[in-house]
Amino acid sequence: MKNSQLLTKIFGSFRKPLLAISLGCVLIISSTSSAQEPVRIAFMDPLSGTFASIGNTGKTILEFAADYFYNSKGGILGGRMIEIVPLDNKQSPTETQLQFRRAISDDLHIIFQGNSSAVASTLSQTISRHNRRNPEQEVLQINYSAVDPILTEDNCSFWHFRFDAHANMKLDILTDFIAADEDIKSMYIIGQDYSFGQVVSDTTIRLLNEKRPDIEIVGNEFHPIGQVKDFTPYVTKIVSSGADAVITGNFGADMVSLARSIIDSGLDIPIYTFYAAYDGITATLGESGKDRIRLVHNGVANPLPTELRKQFNRDFKIAHPNYDVTQPRIVNALQMVVTAMEKTQSTDPYDIALALEDMRFTTMGGEEIWMRGEDHQIFQQLSVSVHTDEGVEFDADNSGFGLVTEYQVPMEETILESSCQMRRPRR
Amino acid sequence: MLEVFIFATLNGLVTGFLLFMLASGLTLIFSMMGVLNFAHASFYMLGAYFAYSLSLYFGFWTGLIFAPIIVGVLGAMVERYGLRRVHQSGHVAELVFTFGLAFLIEESIQFFWGRDTKNYQTPELLDFPLFTLLGQEFSAYRGFMMTISVGIFIGLYYVLTKSRVGIIIQAAITHPQTVSNLGHNVPLIFMGVFGMGTALAGLAGVIAGPVLTTFPGMATVLGSIVFVIVVIGGLGSLAGAFIASLLIGLLQSYAIASDVGMPDLLNLLGVSFERGHPLNDLWTMNLPQIAPVLPYLLLVLVLIFRPTGLMGKREE
Repeated sequence: MKNSQLLTKIFGSFRKPLLAISLGCVLIISSTSSAQEPVRIAFMDPLSGTFASIGNTGKTILEFAADYFYNSKGGILGGRMIEIVPLDNKQSPTETQLQFRRAISDDLHIIFQGNSSAVASTLSQTISRHNRRNPEQEVLQINYSAVDPILTEDNCSFWHFRFDAHANMKLDILTDFIAADEDIKSMYIIGQDYSFGQVVSDTTIRLLNEKRPDIEIVGNEFHPIGQVKDFTPYVTKIVSSGADAVITGNFGADMVSLARSIIDSGLDIPIYTFYAAYDGITATLGESGKDRIRLVHNGVANPLPTELRKQFNRDFKIAHPNYDVTQPRIVNALQMVVTAMEKTQSTDPYDIALALEDMRFTTMGGEEIWMRGEDHQIFQQLSVSVHTDEGVEFDADNSGFGLVTEYQVPMEETILESSCQMRRPRR
Repeated sequence: MLEVFIFATLNGLVTGFLLFMLASGLTLIFSMMGVLNFAHASFYMLGAYFAYSLSLYFGFWTGLIFAPIIVGVLGAMVERYGLRRVHQSGHVAELVFTFGLAFLIEESIQFFWGRDTKNYQTPELLDFPLFTLLGQEFSAYRGFMMTISVGIFIGLYYVLTKSRVGIIIQAAITHPQTVSNLGHNVPLIFMGVFGMGTALAGLAGVIAGPVLTTFPGMATVLGSIVFVIVVIGGLGSLAGAFIASLLIGLLQSYAIASDVGMPDLLNLLGVSFERGHPLNDLWTMNLPQIAPVLPYLLLVLVLIFRPTGLMGKREE
């Protein structure tokens, strides 16, 4: 008892000077090396498990873009390199919390995250709370793919920026396209049972009701995400419903399995999707999905608009023959974040956030995109493309098949109102 | 409605028989060694990937024959050089060993084949509808899957109950010492059974790969359900595994095909709730939505009311 008290006393007296010394050391080290210190950006997405392929492709694109545009040209902010730090959240909200703690302890203040709106919501809430409690140590969320509208509407946050069109914007375009097809008289909706799947269902019903009240919704099905072994029982229902078309927000293995089951059942109807391409999906669908599967996405697919964009694809393919540039919006996001850093000469999330607001930026595809200040939502042209092997200059999965754009909507026509009431931090 | 019922039954049977191919090996291995092989579904995944690679060079049929053999040999080696050593440290060690092995196999697959979905296709020979009923097609490949798995079931049943090897295996399960004293090589029998069990899992992977898609998560999707089957059927009981496989296959298929849910039940009772009710999600839930949870519900019920499983023998 006495001994231990003595020990704590001794160590207690040491604690503060020790801290001061170590702090001093850190300060000295950091001040001498700051010119070369990299700008570190976290990439938090599933890098293992069921949805690992999407996460790994995203990571590869981000790393390649950082090297291609900045690191190979002497870095940013006067010679600092960009370092991408991968954090595997296994696409689980719980794991995301843990990885967020890790990001904080590793002194990472910019987090790229895209997969799953459920994860994005968790992350956005966690970041808002953290930033409120830890002023001057804020974290910025760069959402490049999670498309639940709520993230830039009711639950919008000053620290969250979305670089993808949200589900309602995409569905607005997709339902325009569907409405123009007079042959479609009935529609079957099937999706994963979580926030995004629900949004796709609700919005599709609402928009089709407005645009084509004669289209009957003959099915509205939800299935658990990443749990379905075999989609044939679902397809049986689709067939017997007599639907003229299917719309789904599925991604990853759930998308492939669903499309394969529909095709295998001999059902010859168009399938409207968000994510039915790349990461093995295009190769697996191959000939059987030709001219039947359509995607709504931002930017354009084949033919790519500019030489810069084409060259980026070619150089990427040389460096990573087994990957594709699936999400050019990751590159847009990185470029805009770096532009904001250069403009403010700072890596502070608050400065970056202010600079990003209402930024207009010309992408490598030559189009001007706009980050709306009031809700931090990007606006850019949207397209509907078809899965085919004709006119495909840049294919997917090295399969010869790829996407060809059929329908394009300029940025101005994609703008929707937002219900966002943003709480702005005071500084 | 009739066609939905017929096809739900057919789909349920296809899934059920496929599940049985996995469950049979798992339950045999359990009854023999007293260890639940957590890596069993990983051997199923290995089968699919091996068959995919073989099919790229030699076609589907070569894959169908050789992939299960490779998986079986791998399984036998795992038993011979891994499990048998670990066995001396008791069941917990064995359990942890197979648990680790499952991760090892999954990571290795991602390392060698990558993380994306593999373009593993059904053979062209079977690329036609077997029959069309009320506007719905039943693909020849599904018929083929069913034939293979029924064949396996009959073969397994015959070997285990009628052949000399089967009798020795059955004896080795209950009385390993006596069988050993009679001059049979019991460790060799164990190795053989483990190899056969994993080969069956591999075969299931080969035929399921093209329709259920070949991707690194395929073991996870099927793995837990196979354990549920083995427990529901009664640990170690082949007949129990068979009944439970079909039961779960059909249960899920019917649940998805049905369109009933809480709203119908509430209508029947004449109760209604506002859309803004806090438990709105509960009142609007329907059967297809919870279909994948049903096996686990059944598992809980079986464990409560019949802890030994449907056909399991009570442990002394």
